[in-house]
Amino acid sequence: MIISFTLNNKVISIDVEPDKRVIDVLREDLQLTGTKEGCGSGECGACTIHVNGESRLSCLMLAAQLEGKDITTIEGISIENKMHSIQEAFIQYGAVQCGFCTPGMVMAALDLIRRNKRPSRKEIREGLSGNLCRCTGYQKIIDALEAATGATDGGGPRTMKKGEE
Amino acid sequence: MPHTIDDLWEMIYGNQQAMIYAGGTDVLARYRSLTSRNLICIEDIHELKEIYQQDNLIFIGSCVTHTRLLESKIIQKHLPVLIHALKVLGSPQIRNMGTIGGNICTASPAGDTLPPLYVLGAILEIRSIDSKRFTALKNFIHGPGKNSLQKDEVLYGIWINIKQDFNIHHYEKVGQRKMLAIAIASLAALLKLSESGIIEDARLAWGSVGPKTIASEKINKALIGKTLTEASLKLIVPLIREAVSPIDDIRASAHYRKMVSENLIFRLLKYGGHNND
Repeated sequence: MIISFTLNNKVISIDVEPDKRVIDVLREDLQLTGTKEGCGSGECGACTIHVNGESRLSCLMLAAQLEGKDITTIEGISIENKMHSIQEAFIQYGAVQCGFCTPGMVMAALDLIRRNKRPSRKEIREGLSGNLCRCTGYQKIIDALEAATGATDGGGPRTMKKGEE
Repeated sequence: MPHTIDDLWEMIYGNQQAMIYAGGTDVLARYRSLTSRNLICIEDIHELKEIYQQDNLIFIGSCVTHTRLLESKIIQKHLPVLIHALKVLGSPQIRNMGTIGGNICTASPAGDTLPPLYVLGAILEIRSIDSKRFTALKNFIHGPGKNSLQKDEVLYGIWINIKQDFNIHHYEKVGQRKMLAIAIASLAALLKLSESGIIEDARLAWGSVGPKTIASEKINKALIGKTLTEASLKLIVPLIREAVSPIDDIRASAHYRKMVSENLIFRLLKYGGHNND
């Protein structure tokens, strides 16, 4: 089945089985391996992409659902080969350890920031609640986002306030 | 992938064995164990994505996502109990994909929107190519994963009468963690509380503590005329114990679920009395 959609700002048409999962279409047919598969059942967020600007899980979508949609993957967020400021912040704050969750984290973070320009730490936690990380323990990821959205002066990681988890 | 309801009828007509899904957060989570890939996704059917108000009725199309509901001014204004539940449903990505119709048709005992829709008295509009019928949510779900849809039918939308004078909309879910958790037990409650703290009307429903949403006229009636105090809530604890029938599973034991179902009602105390916030 021929499916046409916009992928990272380029209109493309591909011939693919309509019941193939979008994560597999991206990684196998389109060689976009930035999007990761963790659980394959919607619990870990590693496969997060944007569909018409909203974060969605590419492991829970089939190819036919791509028709006519505007898709952005982690490969599509840099501008003229310059990393997105969220990616820069992840590096600066050591928010990447093994890196497997990072693309999904960044895509979820972008959806959060689109809805809420200056999220609080609590709102950042809620915004990333669909993404699991098994290395860094989330603190550095939240620090990075807090700095990138200007909620702090970027003065480095801070400790949790009482009442935060 | 149908884009109009007529496209859908055509597809179903030629293929009654197809499995219909909307956001895919339940059906496709079982992708590897699906026995058939004969699927029809209805999430792009425009008329199933509408929310509107018609006099005292609110219509929610079956393919409205949880995120759209949360953003809807109509829902925020009239159905706070549903908003409370949606906030703790899944994760942002799941809420961007999952739909209210999917949550209903999946008929999970732990479906987060079900207890609120139950107490709100939701009426479901079910259509086929040549028929249209209405049924109460409580008559639609028969048990875990079982609903009354016929092979040629789809859930078209949900109607809720907002001419209800409940002044307290309460929802609480207990899970193993805050987010992305399947409920161990949940309680949705609508109360009409007089200025002097008398319960004039009550509708309570529990999730995850039985094969389907648990609600009991006996419990609701027992609350009417009482003041909202610990002593009067204690009186209905035996009725709750009798009404719920939880199971043991990987998330919690039946015993724990029963205990939580009872304890959840005491959260209602925060709405009563003058010295509470």
